[in-house]
Amino acid sequence: MAASETKFHVLAVDDTLIDRKLIEKLLKTSSYQVTAVDSGTKALEFLGLDNNDHQDVEVNLIITDYCMPGMTGYDLLRKIKESSSFKDIPVVIMSSDNIPSRINRCLEGGAEEFFLKPVQLSDVNKLRPHLMKRTQTNVNKRKAMDEIVSPDRTRARYNELEVN
Amino acid sequence: MDGYGMQNQIACIRRSLFDQGYLDEQFIQLEELQDDANPNFVQEIVTLFYTDSTRLIQNIELTLNSRPINFSKLDDYMHQFKGSSSSIGAKKVTSECAVFRQYCAAGNAEAYISSLLPYIYTD
Repeated sequence: MAASETKFHVLAVDDTLIDRKLIEKLLKTSSYQVTAVDSGTKALEFLGLDNNDHQDVEVNLIITDYCMPGMTGYDLLRKIKESSSFKDIPVVIMSSDNIPSRINRCLEGGAEEFFLKPVQLSDVNKLRPHLMKRTQTNVNKRKAMDEIVSPDRTRARYNELEVN
Repeated sequence: MDGYGMQNQIACIRRSLFDQGYLDEQFIQLEELQDDANPNFVQEIVTLFYTDSTRLIQNIELTLNSRPINFSKLDDYMHQFKGSSSSIGAKKVTSECAVFRQYCAAGNAEAYISSLLPYIYTD
């Protein structure tokens, strides 16, 4: 998969349709690729976290609403931070309620930012530094992966596995 | 009425909605997000809001008509209503929701719901 002009991929999670449409538009306007889902469960499904922790898709940032039925944004945050494959993905939490104890809890739980709703373009602009910070880590990871699957080494490393 | 006259009228109505405190800067954010890729963005979001509000108000009415009144459910609906109205910049609706929630907390919801109904019929 060529990565010549890859946009950052953001996974947006919000149970309200209006807010989902809004965050999606805000992110697209800021040139991010967006996947929007309506629950924490669907978010985990999308990531492939429920499927033996294997990362199915590349997600660079997760932005989630706090108040959601079933799994809250905080619950989702913790699940992500506790997983080996996804703990490095930056997570941002949004909430319409300005409750300091909630904000602190989320930040201490590993959230990079906490946005008060309604979210605006100025908030979305704050995401870029968190994504840029990770880019170097990803580049290093990708280089390591490339070495493993490069043709000359394939036979030696993967003799028991089927290689295309 | 010619096109220019209509546009003028629409601009005046829009301005008055801001002046009277019905809309706030969040609505302007929506307008700024509208572009060639999504030329009907504002219309889509506002339509969603009206559909959502109608559903929420119906649920609120049902909850108010049941005995005993489930105040936690009421508060939940109002939380949703407040959330979506603030997302589109419906300033007055948002503040009415906030006051209503206070009444809910005090267990006195009934008296206040009728003041919210006129909002969904405003174009």
